[in-house]
Amino acid sequence: MASAPVVSIPTSLLLPLQIEGLVKRFGDLTAVDGISLELKSGECLGLLGPNGAGKTTLIRSIVGRVTPDAGTVSIFGDRADSAGARAALGWVPQELALYGKLTCRENLESFGQFHGLRRAALKAAVEWCLNWAALTDRAQEPVKNLSGGMKRRLNMAAGLIHRPQVILMDEPTVGVDPQARNRIFEMIEKLRGEGVSMIYTTHYMEEAERLCDRIAIIDHGRIIALGTKDELVRNAFASRSEVLARFARIDDSVAAWVKERGGILENETARFTVEHATEIAGVLDAAAKAGHDLADISLRKPNLESVFLQLTGRELRD
Amino acid sequence: MRTALIALRRDRGALALSFILPIAFFSIFAVIFGGRRDTTPKVSLLVVDEDHSAVSQSLIRGLEREGSLAVKKRPAAKKGVEQPEYTAATAEAAVKDGDASVALIVPHGFGENPISFGAPNPNQPTIQLLKDSSDMVAPQVVAGMLQKVAMTAMPAVMAEQGSKYMDKYAGGFTPEQKKKIDAGLEELRKRQDAESSGQPTAPADPNHANSNQGMPIPVTTRDVVGDNKNKDMLSFYAAAVGVMFLLFTASGAGGSLLDEVESGTLDRVLSTHVSMGTLLTGKLCYCVLLAFSQLVLMFLWAWLVFKVDFPSHIPGFVVMGLSTAFAVGAFGMLLASICRTRAQLGPLSTLVILLMSSIGGSMFPRFLMPEAIQKAGLLTINAWAIDGFTKVFWRDEPVSHLWPQVLVLLGVGVVLFAIARRLARRWEYS
Repeated sequence: MASAPVVSIPTSLLLPLQIEGLVKRFGDLTAVDGISLELKSGECLGLLGPNGAGKTTLIRSIVGRVTPDAGTVSIFGDRADSAGARAALGWVPQELALYGKLTCRENLESFGQFHGLRRAALKAAVEWCLNWAALTDRAQEPVKNLSGGMKRRLNMAAGLIHRPQVILMDEPTVGVDPQARNRIFEMIEKLRGEGVSMIYTTHYMEEAERLCDRIAIIDHGRIIALGTKDELVRNAFASRSEVLARFARIDDSVAAWVKERGGILENETARFTVEHATEIAGVLDAAAKAGHDLADISLRKPNLESVFLQLTGRELRD
Repeated sequence: MRTALIALRRDRGALALSFILPIAFFSIFAVIFGGRRDTTPKVSLLVVDEDHSAVSQSLIRGLEREGSLAVKKRPAAKKGVEQPEYTAATAEAAVKDGDASVALIVPHGFGENPISFGAPNPNQPTIQLLKDSSDMVAPQVVAGMLQKVAMTAMPAVMAEQGSKYMDKYAGGFTPEQKKKIDAGLEELRKRQDAESSGQPTAPADPNHANSNQGMPIPVTTRDVVGDNKNKDMLSFYAAAVGVMFLLFTASGAGGSLLDEVESGTLDRVLSTHVSMGTLLTGKLCYCVLLAFSQLVLMFLWAWLVFKVDFPSHIPGFVVMGLSTAFAVGAFGMLLASICRTRAQLGPLSTLVILLMSSIGGSMFPRFLMPEAIQKAGLLTINAWAIDGFTKVFWRDEPVSHLWPQVLVLLGVGVVLFAIARRLARRWEYS
């Protein structure tokens, strides 16, 4: 019996990242609960979810630092912890994983050597990273003396020293001020211009909206929605808009009234959806008849936050 | 006060340092310096009887009866075969090898003229005391015991010799005096024979005993190890203190692994081409290099400032230095891999290193310790390292003689590193 011919698929045709049925448990806690995901070439996929949703565990599984209980992760067809995957992946961890007493240049040189870079290749990579992170003039500065934003940029650069094709960014803007955050966005957009594939985790909706082609909303270790921002909103709200009604006083009767009308109460604000703006009058009228004082009411187009709330019943930053 | 007490209660390391360490140290010092009598170490003494006279045999029997001495006339049997008695040459070699700190050679003709008064007689055979100067206690003990035994174990000989000298230098005894002296000597001989055969004897006449006090047995003392090398005794302290600080240095250097765990760089490094085995090996190399550099610096300082003869011992130093550095480096890696945080490492390493150093000879020489503690000390890196450095700098032994110490230190290093590697698996994957 003749064996089937072996057909090798060119790397360029393989998906940068493919995850199937990934499960990871820590004792009784299921951090990742059967996630399947694909990252296309040149795509930036956002993982949006609250703290503790399982984003970081998913990222650590991809980078081979967590051994999954079930499922597979492949990078250009290679297993997650294989040498090929390590070369192709660049990981920017959430914490500042840097050597504080070493200078920016020494940190980059060290991580470059850990990735197998030597001599001219290492020197060129270090210069590229310093330039990309706008740290050339601080190259000789020990990390401990840098500002929070600079440390974040260097943290990102250290993950890219070997110029990987697939980049995993785990909340790279945590703890930085808006100005420094904008600078990081510019760095990421520059990378995107070079055609790398990227997974970007965040619990900031505006970051996901600005940077990502597609967004996976993740909660309790599961992907609860996946698509472009418009697809997610459309799937959750169709053509409906959101009405935000803020009450002057909240009590059990208000909560019961909101629930009865199909709304969601968060703090002092109730969220309803309406097909047409004219329906706001009906909300105002019903509240008045029920004896509930409204402080203000507004109409807005749903966003990712609305989608998350709609799908989970709680806010993204809980 | 309440917050401080709560913090202390929850900090196990600080609790251990505050309460366990002082008690442990007190116990060790108490056992060594204030312990029970039966744990006091005996002085190992090699005896060579070249005279084979009644006097020499009586002297040796007296030495054997002393509870503070462990007298050996021949090496321990090998494979059940009894070894020949020590000769002057083999006893000297045994002291040089560190088998004992002191050897006594009782020469031919000693029994004919065992004591000496007045001006030294160059023709009189004298007992030779061969000693290892690194042991400052044992030779003093043996020298004192020798004089005591001469008085108590062979009083008749002492009295007879004393009366001869009296007769010679005081112008002679009258016949009546000679008769009384002979009667007294006969009584002494009877007592001596009775004591030798283990029979109870009547208490000696205190006046008679006192009359023998201060009569010296001529002894020639010779350093066979450490002769004219007072400066090199410093090398012992350099090694003893050095090893203790090497252990602290290695534990601090090994702690960089915990720093990497805490900062997240370990995770990041392990996501590159670097494996945990490679990382630990790199850290071990760093610890070894650091520890060896520290030893080099310490001995260079001892050479330049305190005139320790370092240059002529460089080969032995390098062998012992690298072996010691490897063992302490692996020890540092093990301590780090046992702990979960830097905060845990500090108290644990202080506790373990100070205990090891106290029984391993880094704080005071092991020959001062009871036998049980000396044996326990062999479980420490300190003891083997100090023994090796002593061989190099004190005994001038060739590098080939260092194999037991080198083998133990390298073996300990390999085992400790293997355990550290096994424990570090918990950081590899989660």
